[in-house]
Amino acid sequence: MTHVPIPADALISARGLSKAFNGVRALEDVRFDLQPGEVHVLMGENGAGKSTLMKILTGIYRRDAGEILLDGTPVDFTSPRQAQAAGISIVHQELNLMNHLTAAQNIFIGREPRRGWLLDEDRLNAQAAALFERIKLALDPRTVVGTLTVARQQMIEIAKALSHEARVLIMDEPTAALNREEVEDLFRVVRELREQGVGIVYISHKMDELARIADRVTVMRDGRHVATVPMGETSIDKLIAMMVGRELAQLTRESVPAPAGEVVLEVQGLARRGVLHDVSFQLRRGEILGFAGLMGAGRTEVARAVFGADPIDAGSVRVHGREVAIRSPEQAVAAGIGYLSEDRKHFGLATGLDVQDNILLASFARFRKALGFVDEARGRRVALDLVQRLSIKTPGLQQQARFLSGGNQQKVVIARWLYRDCPIMLFDEPTRGIDVGAKAEIYKLIKSLAAQGKAIVMISSELSEVLLLSHRVIVMCEGRITGVLPGSAATQENIMQLATARAQLSAA
Amino acid sequence: MTPSTTLPAREPTSRLKAMALNPQTRQKLLAFASLIVLMVFFGLASPNFLQTDNLVSILQATAVNGVLAIACTFVIISGGIDLSVGTMMTFCSVMAGVFLTYWGMPLPVGIAAAILFGALSGMTSGVLIAKLRIPPFITTLGMMMALKGLALVISGTKPIYFNETEGFTAISQDSLIGTLVPAVPIPNAVLILFLVAALASVVLNRTVLGRYTFALGSNEEAVRLSGVNVTFWKIVVYTVSGAICGIAGLLIASRLNSAQPALGQGYELDAIAAVVIGGTSLSGGSGTVLGTIIGALIMSVLTNGLRILSVAQEWQTVLTGVIIILAVYADILRRGRS
Repeated sequence: MTHVPIPADALISARGLSKAFNGVRALEDVRFDLQPGEVHVLMGENGAGKSTLMKILTGIYRRDAGEILLDGTPVDFTSPRQAQAAGISIVHQELNLMNHLTAAQNIFIGREPRRGWLLDEDRLNAQAAALFERIKLALDPRTVVGTLTVARQQMIEIAKALSHEARVLIMDEPTAALNREEVEDLFRVVRELREQGVGIVYISHKMDELARIADRVTVMRDGRHVATVPMGETSIDKLIAMMVGRELAQLTRESVPAPAGEVVLEVQGLARRGVLHDVSFQLRRGEILGFAGLMGAGRTEVARAVFGADPIDAGSVRVHGREVAIRSPEQAVAAGIGYLSEDRKHFGLATGLDVQDNILLASFARFRKALGFVDEARGRRVALDLVQRLSIKTPGLQQQARFLSGGNQQKVVIARWLYRDCPIMLFDEPTRGIDVGAKAEIYKLIKSLAAQGKAIVMISSELSEVLLLSHRVIVMCEGRITGVLPGSAATQENIMQLATARAQLSAA
Repeated sequence: MTPSTTLPAREPTSRLKAMALNPQTRQKLLAFASLIVLMVFFGLASPNFLQTDNLVSILQATAVNGVLAIACTFVIISGGIDLSVGTMMTFCSVMAGVFLTYWGMPLPVGIAAAILFGALSGMTSGVLIAKLRIPPFITTLGMMMALKGLALVISGTKPIYFNETEGFTAISQDSLIGTLVPAVPIPNAVLILFLVAALASVVLNRTVLGRYTFALGSNEEAVRLSGVNVTFWKIVVYTVSGAICGIAGLLIASRLNSAQPALGQGYELDAIAAVVIGGTSLSGGSGTVLGTIIGALIMSVLTNGLRILSVAQEWQTVLTGVIIILAVYADILRRGRS
């Protein structure tokens, strides 16, 4: 790869940046530079180190090694405020506004103009109006923020950054929640700021946006700098190849033919306004159906909709050929669907309960004795059997679930659904946050469940995992299914192509 | 640069319309309408209700609860809760008794002492909540008990009378307005309530403290990320609330011409009820002093009217409970729609 030399007039130039968390390398010897008046797009898969890099630049994290020059002077920020004062502002993906306050009040919180003891509301609004003028935003500064669309709220965040005299503006996936028109509006503002000499770091997964907005692109992978290239000298295909990395593409996997069992789950035309569009797929007995896509592609939303955890606007779900109306998780479980949610702590595991109660949580009805008492002895036998079968490492059944390791917590949740005996199981990021050894065990478990005839949906952000386990892979992008690949034909490259397919979609 | 064709020009329409559609204004109107309906109802049901004497006694009865409710309004808008305002009030009146009756200090010192000890108590709550991160519910529950105990210990569980202090009862019972305009014998306690309300309203809407009070209740993390010293301002909110409790302590002591150490518990719930009926959201971020005053008036009108209609005390309590639940439900409906 060609490395563009860093010119002397760079706004930011960073080199040799390294950062580790608990011994795990998040960044290694990363370089990055930003010119005034350019849009510099930062790309990379989930976990490539983009966020870590931005958090170091904005003083949220401190680097372990390396140096950062701002206007040629070394800087070492220890807090976001320092970075902000030096002219580096960030608009986070999750907006941080006070919904009850007006736009102007939000922008100048902590820096209110005063007249003696009292706030000078007129000056406050005038200052905000001037900022809006700068980004050509037609908005009354007195509008209460909570009543605005996400796109408008984002504009307020941008105005807030500008109010800090930002010369560097970092935008983390700014279009994730915007519709097409709003994206245009945002681009207009980005170009406006570029004209005014602001350096913009733009993090995005969306390929079609890159071609339109980027001056230069930096690709990161596995915490390392891969390349920095002017957008005009590269192509989307080349960038994807750089993001994925050739050497990772070849993964050993047993070639298992897709099972030809009967269709167990059939989803037809699933839709939820602004989230899911016309999602249809079939799942067979004994099959592992992988769901791939970038963050926010709508994979979790599909699982939650099928499971009845979120309302849907349209679509039908058939289980064993019979249409079932699923309006709540209770009905989904009754229909034989189990869901292992993405966020164990929040949705899956009752961390305050012990291992036994967690395992039996979905099946207490089976242990009911007269007067609503629970058959404790039988419950213990069942839980113990599952703990042994899944080799869950716990000092005892009475251990509170929160004290187990991530992998063992996940196994406890799996044990729950195993005992509930659901023929259909939806795994959402089953190996998130667990170590490599535990991952291998979970893989083995998922495979053996499929071999026993369960039908399995497996959502994962780790492509290698999807490739390793899936009989078929469904790829999603922006709430739509953009492709279905047989496991034998799926590669990291063609999955990434489909996962960033909006360019092709909008062209069609 | 492309012209900004996507920008809608319809945003800054008439402010009046915006105000009418503002859910907070709507809730206030609803509360105000309820107050009028209640008064018309009781007025028709009993000829005694709308008599000047009775109306004055309603106002007099609102004074203490109203001032306490204003104290609560600050804390609740900031996203917290204060269960200790009732016993804090009592503690402050006992402290006034210590300074005036035990030590024979002049009246202004007693007044200052009550307000100062209120502020100190509030500051203690604030430090526990903001610095040690003990949840407000638990902190103020503890403070409620601790202050109740302290009031009993300091007073030796006996009332402290203010017979020696000249002019003490005038704080609450005399009528400054009445001497000027004999037709409206509004007692000083009510005058003080309105003064506190006006001041609180200015502080909430026109000062930095007020701005941060709303901001904290709306999104504390966003305030922190904006570089505001969240810990400090939270402590200030509770301190101000405590000082206002001190004023309530003076009002009730003056009305009873004594500090009654066993009194106080239960007042906090009336105060919170008034705040909620007045449309301040218990989840923080929104609320008004005017709403709180209307809420406090609704509660005293209800109590007074039902008493005039000879409804048993027990049923009055039941009705108040129902009204609080209805008010919170109205709040939920309101938020669900927006």
